[in-house]
Amino acid sequence: MNRSDRLGIKGWVWAGRFGVERYFYTLHRITGIGLVIYLFLHIYETGARLQGREAWEATMALFRTPLFVFLEYVLFVGFIFHAVNGLRLIFTELGYALGRPTRPVYPYRTSVLRHRPVVYVLMVLMALLIVLAGVDIFLLPG
Amino acid sequence: MRESVWWTVSIACALVMVLLLSLHMGIMHLAGLLNALGLNLGDVRSFSAVVARGKNPVQMVVYVIFLAVALYHGLYGLRGILLEVTRSRRWEVTITGLLFLAGALAFVYGTYVTVKTFTG
Repeated sequence: MNRSDRLGIKGWVWAGRFGVERYFYTLHRITGIGLVIYLFLHIYETGARLQGREAWEATMALFRTPLFVFLEYVLFVGFIFHAVNGLRLIFTELGYALGRPTRPVYPYRTSVLRHRPVVYVLMVLMALLIVLAGVDIFLLPG
Repeated sequence: MRESVWWTVSIACALVMVLLLSLHMGIMHLAGLLNALGLNLGDVRSFSAVVARGKNPVQMVVYVIFLAVALYHGLYGLRGILLEVTRSRRWEVTITGLLFLAGALAFVYGTYVTVKTFTG
């Protein structure tokens, strides 16, 4: 058996010549793990309301500090990426935006040629949403 | 149940989450943009606003569903990642059990907070 191609967890980061979709896959996992961690913290901190107004206001005051405002933006960016890329994955799993399957006969047709433009459009959409979120969180009052 | 059924449920949860989480994030974190569009919701994170929303029965039901959907989708995804680095059936069962337990505890606590806010 050739063991040189068993890369383990390091293979998640690099395993050869990656296309942009492979990096999206890695980022999807990283943002997913981040969102799960945040979900558990969020369930815990929203329970502060049961301890009364003072406890809640103290928690919200902490979240208005610059560090937490920045973390809030990071969370939003992670959510935007995970949601938009997730929708792309669902459509891909259902067979959309991949082109018709053909026999593997030369000249080969690759689904990447149909799918890559979709990825670029979604990257523009993500960038737009990330900029809008940044404008709101850092520039607009309230 | 077959693994494909669990996966299909996770995808269905993802579609529900795109809607609910987008609304939730928009209302909670994009107040400035909503104000600019003429939709002034006030300070949605103030104690009185949170309690007032919590007293709404529709809000309570939607939040419990939201919590269940979010926990399932998140923990199913985490399970998929963790099972890639395990090899034995015993580890698979252990990881699935631990994640199920963590999700169940989080769901019980979150539902308790939501219902307690509603009942006051």
